[in-house]
Parts: sequence; structure tokens; C-alpha cells
Amino acid sequence: MITAGRIVRLAERDRAGVHFFFDGQIRRALEGDTVLTAMLASGHALRMSEFGPEPRAGFCLMGACQDCWVWQEEGPRLRACSSLITEGMRLSTTPPESWP
Amino acid sequence: MSRTASPRVVIVGAGPAGIRAAAALVDAGLHPVVIDEGNRAGGQIYRRPPDGFVRTPEQLYGSEAAKARALHAVFDRLAADGRLIHCAGSSVIAMQEGRLHVLGEGGVQIVSYDRLILATGASDRVAPVPGWQSAGVYSLGAAQIALKAQGVALGRRIVLIGSGPLLTLVGAQLVEAGADVAAVLDTSPWHQQMRGFWKLAARPLVALRGLVLRAKLGRRYHAGVSLERIEADGQGVTAMCWRDAGGRQRFTPCDTIGMGWHLRAETHLADLAECAFIYDEQWQQWLPKIDEMGRAGNGVYLAGDGVRLVGADGAEIAGRLAAAACLADLGFSAPSIGADLRKLARLERFARGLACAFPWPAQMMQALPDDAVVCRCENVTAGAVRQSVDFCGGEANRVKSLSRVGMGRCQGRYCQLAAVELAAAQAGCTQDAIGRFRGQAPVRPAPIGAFLRED
Repeated sequence: MITAGRIVRLAERDRAGVHFFFDGQIRRALEGDTVLTAMLASGHALRMSEFGPEPRAGFCLMGACQDCWVWQEEGPRLRACSSLITEGMRLSTTPPESWP
Repeated sequence: MSRTASPRVVIVGAGPAGIRAAAALVDAGLHPVVIDEGNRAGGQIYRRPPDGFVRTPEQLYGSEAAKARALHAVFDRLAADGRLIHCAGSSVIAMQEGRLHVLGEGGVQIVSYDRLILATGASDRVAPVPGWQSAGVYSLGAAQIALKAQGVALGRRIVLIGSGPLLTLVGAQLVEAGADVAAVLDTSPWHQQMRGFWKLAARPLVALRGLVLRAKLGRRYHAGVSLERIEADGQGVTAMCWRDAGGRQRFTPCDTIGMGWHLRAETHLADLAECAFIYDEQWQQWLPKIDEMGRAGNGVYLAGDGVRLVGADGAEIAGRLAAAACLADLGFSAPSIGADLRKLARLERFARGLACAFPWPAQMMQALPDDAVVCRCENVTAGAVRQSVDFCGGEANRVKSLSRVGMGRCQGRYCQLAAVELAAAQAGCTQDAIGRFRGQAPVRPAPIGAFLRED
């Protein structure tokens, strides 16, 4: 299902669909979307700030600011602006439970 | 000359400067290594969408489509013919004694060089505005990348703030693509823009194109504004609060902000390569010291916006010049450079005109309230920066260690200029006197596992 998020698609809408999990919910994105595009097309944030109360949704989109690191359920983090979404990816706005 | 005997030249960055440098080296019979963070060569300005996207270069790059096509074609051909080694999706994170530590998908690898050409480009120069840590605040470059490389607008109702050519360009591109741009707020007043305008006559067509783009923004565009704060709720941005040139309080509801005041040269690797730096009064930032060809000494050459903020056309020329200098120093016959040097000088005059017309908002930063966040990585406030000066005096690196400003994940890329501005004001000295943050490896965050795989 497509949930209204922050991002608005203006062009290139005829790409094949990809499914991924966002905080446990199944979501649809398009092939060639970055993880950032995919998550923000469905939601409003990528993660919570570790140093303040506010959510974060990326800043520079060119791999320089490091604001968009997101958690994967299996552990390793991804820089959302420079990683492409793939079928079945399990992404999360909060750290995995095993994280100390 | 056989390939095994030829010197190893490594180029970092595959934007306009890196591509032209690579092509010139290949023409001279060398086999350079090009390390680039992008998955496809082109850099940020001529960035290409992932496979499967269908917009044409004309749609993506507008008036610059022919230049983008030419650069992409040159690089793709050299890579396909095996005339260079392309390390895509890879970051140089550290260097020591002619060895680069390169982080790619397989972990960290060591790449040695005899000569190094750094064409690392630039990122947006941003100034903190109270509330800018909220979700939905982006750089102007981010808004453009989202549109170009993903075909999306970063929000439903967008306000752009800052100053400089990118402000107008991104605004016009978003409007044309169908995004809802509520306002374009320029901190440079009209009289200041006029002051720089005569220098822009060095490139009359480009100046004219800028005016046409500005006209497309219509009543959305406001000059000489003061930016007060970004309002946000638990989900992100809700409004921009500002004052117009007449001092009237204005309030523009929006869910997204794009901000930027020109560009900040990406100089971390030049710093690790031990290049000398000088404070440039006009661009108001520290820049590596080079000769007219781009030589920085110790076998290191710099080209493009990572050293002089002249833009994409200038970067192509500077890439060729750096390669020519490198070839001459290696004892190869180098291509002639007279015409390129003259062209670059003209482009630099124009760029300095832009810097004068659309200045960095120093006063706005000095007036930041104490509770405003300066470092977005770790939410270090203006008050904490000022207080650290009271404790340790006006020296950039002491301010950094004490307040932690510039020690977050971005390594000071987005806070350093503002922090130094604040510290200088607090100490009562100039930016030049207070110094600059030392670059430290790794210049990008790297998982510890990437190093453990190394022998």
C-alpha cells in the first residue's frame, strides 16, 4: 500500500514496484528509489536524533552530512541518501532491540 | 611507455574537474585511477539518475545538457575501453605517505599514488537558523539532487532561504517541475546585489539566464529578508518566520525548507594531504593554496570547486590545467594551457562578482540566540560555542574540543563556518585570526568491520 509521506513524486513514476518493511509495516517503493526516497515517500522521518527530541529526515542528500543513517532490522546501518532500496529490505527508525 | 612503468596518478572525484583531468592524462598515455563516491560519474552538478530513469539530459540539466552529455560520454568511453580504473561508490577516508585508504563495498583498501589530483567539489554553505535541526530542513543542493536524481520534491510546500545563484536556480527548477514553492527568501538586499552586478558582465549570457530564472519565481521572490526561525512540531517543519526588507513580520506555512548561501569547498582531503591554506576574504572561507595550474606541492594537485568556487565550467578547465601541471612535473609533454588560463581568469572574475552580490550572512549568525543549534549532528548550541570562547579563548580547535562543535558525524562540514563566525565575534577578533578546524581522518564515518578485514 502507498501511504502519504513527506516526499512528492513529480516525474519518473512508471518504474517497477519494490516492497520493503518500514518499522515492521510493508510499504511499496519504486525500483531506483534511494532508501531515503522510499522511506520518506511513506513516512515523515528516517530516525530520531540522539542528541535532541526531534526526528530527522536527512539534510544534504550527497553523502556529506551523515544525517540520514538508518537502521536495518538485522543490524548494520545504511546511509539512506546513497543506498538504493531493494526488495524485502527491513528498515527501522529506531535501533534494533539488541542495541545496547 | 609501458603501463607497468608509468607513474600512478590517482584522481579523487568524477565531476567536471575529475573527468577532464582523467581525459587529459589518458591522452598523454597514462592510466589513471579515478575514485568517486557516486555510483555513476558526473559529480553533483551533472549527477545522473540510477538505471531505469527516462528523463533526457535536456530535461535534467536544461541549458547545460550538452556539457553534461559530453562529460558523461567522455568518461564512459574511457572506462569502457579500460583506459582508466574507475572505483565507483568509494570514499577516500584517510591518507598517509602516498597511500590512500579507500572505503568501498568490500571494506577498506589501500591505493598508492605517485601523484594525486583532488577534485572533491563542494557542498552547500549553510548558516544556522533557529529550528534548522528539524526534520524537513534540507540544503538547496539536496532539493536539486532529489529532483534530478529521483524525480521528487522533498515536501508538499517548500520555502527556500539563503542567497546566491543556486537559490534562484533551484527555485525555478522546482516551480517548473510542478512543486509548490511558497516563497524564495534571499538575505541579500537589492543594493548589495547591484554592487556585484557589474562584475557579472564577465559572462553576460549567464547573468541574463539568471535574470530569466529570477523572473520565473515572480512574487515568490523576496530580497533583503531577515530569517527569524523555523517552526516545527513533532513531525517536522510547519512554518518559516521571517521579516521582509521593510521589517514587517511574515509567517509562511510550509513543511520543507531548502537552505544555502553558495558553496563551501570540500577540503578535508587537501587538509590530510598537508596542503597549506589561506583565508579568502571574498569567498569568506579557508581555501587550499595552489599556483595558477592547481599545484599544491608534494605531488598533490587541486581542481574545481574543492579549491576555487568557480562553478562547473571553471572546474572543467581547472581539471585540464591540473592534469597539464601533473604531466609537466612528471616529464611528459603537456598540452598548451594559455587559452585555458585566460578563460579561467574570466570565470573567476564572474564568480567573485557573485560572492559580492550574494554575501554570507555574517550579522545574522552573530545575532543567533544562545539556544539556537549550531552543530546539527550533536545539537551543540550557539551559547555553548560562545561559552567555550570565554573558557579557552579565540582559537578554532580549542573551541572545537571544548564545545564539541565540528566533532559530530559530518566532521564540521555544515557548522564550521558558523561556529568560527560566532567564536570570532565572542573573542572580538577576525575569522582569519581564529583559524580553522583541522581535518581529521576518517573523513567519512566507517564501520569498524571495514578496518578489521584489512591485514
